[in-house]
Amino acid sequence: MVWTNFLHPARHLRSLGLLGMNQRNGDYVLRYNQRRFYPLVDDKLRTKKLALSAGIAVPELYAVIEAEYQIANLPKLLEPYDEFVIKPAHGSGGEGIMIVKGRRKDSYQKLNGMLLSHEEVGHHISNILSGMYSLGGQPDAALIEYRVDFDPVFEHVSYQGVPDIRTIVFRGVPVMSMLRLPTRQSDGKANLHQGAIGVGINFANGHTTGGVWRDDLIEIHPDSGYSIYDLAIPGWEDILLLSASCQELVSLGYIGVDIVLDSKLGPLMLEINARPGLSIQLANRKGLLPRLERIEKIKTIPTSPAERVALAKEIYLQC
Amino acid sequence: MNLKNLHVNLLALILIVLSGVICFYKVTELKLPLMPVEEADLWTVEAKVTYKASAGPSKVDLLLPKRVPGFIILDENFVSGRFGLTLENNTHNRIAQWAVRRPQGEQTLYYRMQLIPGEKENFKDKKVAYPEQEEYPEIMQTAVTALLEEVRSKSADIKTFTHELLLRLNAPTPNENVKLLRKDVVTPEAWVQRVISILHGARIPTRQVNLLMLVDGARHSKLVPWLQVHNGEQWLAFNPKTAESGFPDNSIIWYYGHKPLLEVEGGKASKVEFSVYKQSQGMAAVMQQRAGKINAGVMEFSLFNLPVQTQNVYRVLVMVPLGALLIVVLRNLVGFKTFGTFMPILIGMAFRETELLWGLFLFGVLIAFGLMIRFYLEYLRLLLVPRLAAVLIIVIILMTLLSLLTHKLGIDRGLSVALFPMVIIAMTIERMSLVWEEHGAAEALQQCAGSLLVASISFLIMTNALLEHLMFVFPELLFMLLAFTLLLGRYTGYRLTELWRFRSVIIKG
Repeated sequence: MVWTNFLHPARHLRSLGLLGMNQRNGDYVLRYNQRRFYPLVDDKLRTKKLALSAGIAVPELYAVIEAEYQIANLPKLLEPYDEFVIKPAHGSGGEGIMIVKGRRKDSYQKLNGMLLSHEEVGHHISNILSGMYSLGGQPDAALIEYRVDFDPVFEHVSYQGVPDIRTIVFRGVPVMSMLRLPTRQSDGKANLHQGAIGVGINFANGHTTGGVWRDDLIEIHPDSGYSIYDLAIPGWEDILLLSASCQELVSLGYIGVDIVLDSKLGPLMLEINARPGLSIQLANRKGLLPRLERIEKIKTIPTSPAERVALAKEIYLQC
Repeated sequence: MNLKNLHVNLLALILIVLSGVICFYKVTELKLPLMPVEEADLWTVEAKVTYKASAGPSKVDLLLPKRVPGFIILDENFVSGRFGLTLENNTHNRIAQWAVRRPQGEQTLYYRMQLIPGEKENFKDKKVAYPEQEEYPEIMQTAVTALLEEVRSKSADIKTFTHELLLRLNAPTPNENVKLLRKDVVTPEAWVQRVISILHGARIPTRQVNLLMLVDGARHSKLVPWLQVHNGEQWLAFNPKTAESGFPDNSIIWYYGHKPLLEVEGGKASKVEFSVYKQSQGMAAVMQQRAGKINAGVMEFSLFNLPVQTQNVYRVLVMVPLGALLIVVLRNLVGFKTFGTFMPILIGMAFRETELLWGLFLFGVLIAFGLMIRFYLEYLRLLLVPRLAAVLIIVIILMTLLSLLTHKLGIDRGLSVALFPMVIIAMTIERMSLVWEEHGAAEALQQCAGSLLVASISFLIMTNALLEHLMFVFPELLFMLLAFTLLLGRYTGYRLTELWRFRSVIIKG
């Protein structure tokens, strides 16, 4: 601890290369993400369709509910599936996502064990349709999709929910990654501001470093007590490759790609975020700025995702 | 990026310089006050001339004051219709002459002037000649002589002489002489003329002045004739009816002499009616008008040129950018979280109706009750838009109840709630309940407190008298606010809350 750090905290953060909200918006999101491409990522249905046509693995879509009357048909629609996830097409920050992990007779069981009737599930979908979770309250659609059966490697370090891997990709080059682990507090959701844990990842070998939870740096999972340090993430290379190739998909320069690891299907792309958060820096205990500035200086970025991943590792080792 | 920054910086610089130069000019050259100044009474006097035109051309002469002692004539105008207007000066008065070749039927002409209290100017009257000895009819001669003799023996100078004379002439139980002199006098004008003719018997210079009483809201009022005598140094005024000396308060001399106020050729049933009303106007507005006389060009764009009602709207509107700038600072420099972007400003503006503490209390009560009912509605599983509408209706019912209740309790403040933005409250309740459910009560209350804090600060800024005065008198400051906002729009440094958010990094080094 250096006491002068408190004297000029802003200067100190700058010297560490931490990216602030204003700079993220002004210098990266506004400059590299053209507004007209936003609908591609804001609408998860469109992202999913784009990904499928580009051969990128995504969780299977069971059904789309776009109008109130379809809710009556819900029992029939859900008949073949025991587990599924309901999410708003235009949701943000993980809000409005309902995960059903099984059935008991006529009712569905939520992730936390709570039982829900058809009616209750229908009401949730109706809320989604009327725009409760979408930006600006616009009418929305509800997606019903495959519930990811996450890789057992994270079993001890996630409380319910699905852990995912968020990677910031700048001009197609992965910049920084973190593993997001749900906690009791986050109610199974993997969003940091809802109380999930962010864990830094070593780009070179795909092993986790320390994590951050509620602005505190931690080494063990607060619910299970298991260490979150030095976990090897299976299929790390594939994850990086998948993240890198999402850039072409949506033509956005500065994105956050969320990937889940399915025990059978491997890495699946969940969603793309055009305004990825800043906590990834805390999880990795590293600022984004030095890497972003290096990538900005490069005149021509390689076109193949594999070359970009190689470039990403090279940059990672240097800053 | 740098080019963009340069662009923004240049633009901001131009805007700042522009507004700075205009302000500087207005302060130094036009002498507009930088500080809010006291209110001044602004009197508007309107003379309305009506007559029935007969066939053939008609000519209307109206006597007008040249200057008004004790007041400054800010503005005057004539509403002449098809009439041609010429203004003429004589020694003491001005004459407005309206003329038209073929008037038809009822004619109406207006003269209007605006007065503000000013310095009493003390101009010396020219030497006045003593009047010729008046010739009285046989019967009156003896009465006048007797009266003058009596008064002379009981007075020391012209002032006391006049006073004594008027007392006797107006005595409730007059003697025979006075009774005789009072005979045949009907109108106040005739009475003043009678007094003047008697005073001429003593060779005292006298004149009739005609006063207009400045009574707020007066309509159909007429001029009151008054008496002035010259004591060799100055003119002294007397009430011809009571012998009191001086002019009544709030009166102005409309014209001097005994000529009729209005003369109409080619018309009948002519009359003049005065209406008077008073406005309290900021000295700023008055000075603004004065400045307009110095340089009309710049003042063409003054907000004071708007009708008063529109002015009042703009008094509020020009403050909104300050609130917006505050939001920019609090959100982008500090990192405050609020419900909605500009909602706190709207709440702050609503506080204008209720004042701060009462507004906060009302807001708190409405939100608390609204939230309770909102949670009950959640249980009913309503669709979003009907649910929002239901919350809105409930908010209005709550406001009605609150107003009725406070009225019953004799608290007038409750009534001021009427303009409270109920839609904003309804939206706040809805958003708050969502945050409450998804992020817990702590987060919801925190955001609510944040919104109210920002609303309170914006209220205090938007109702600051000095800022309000500055923004209204110098609306070019809006350019400066725009410039600051543009500059903040390119601020990519850390927010204050981020220093806290990243504190673990700072501590670890």
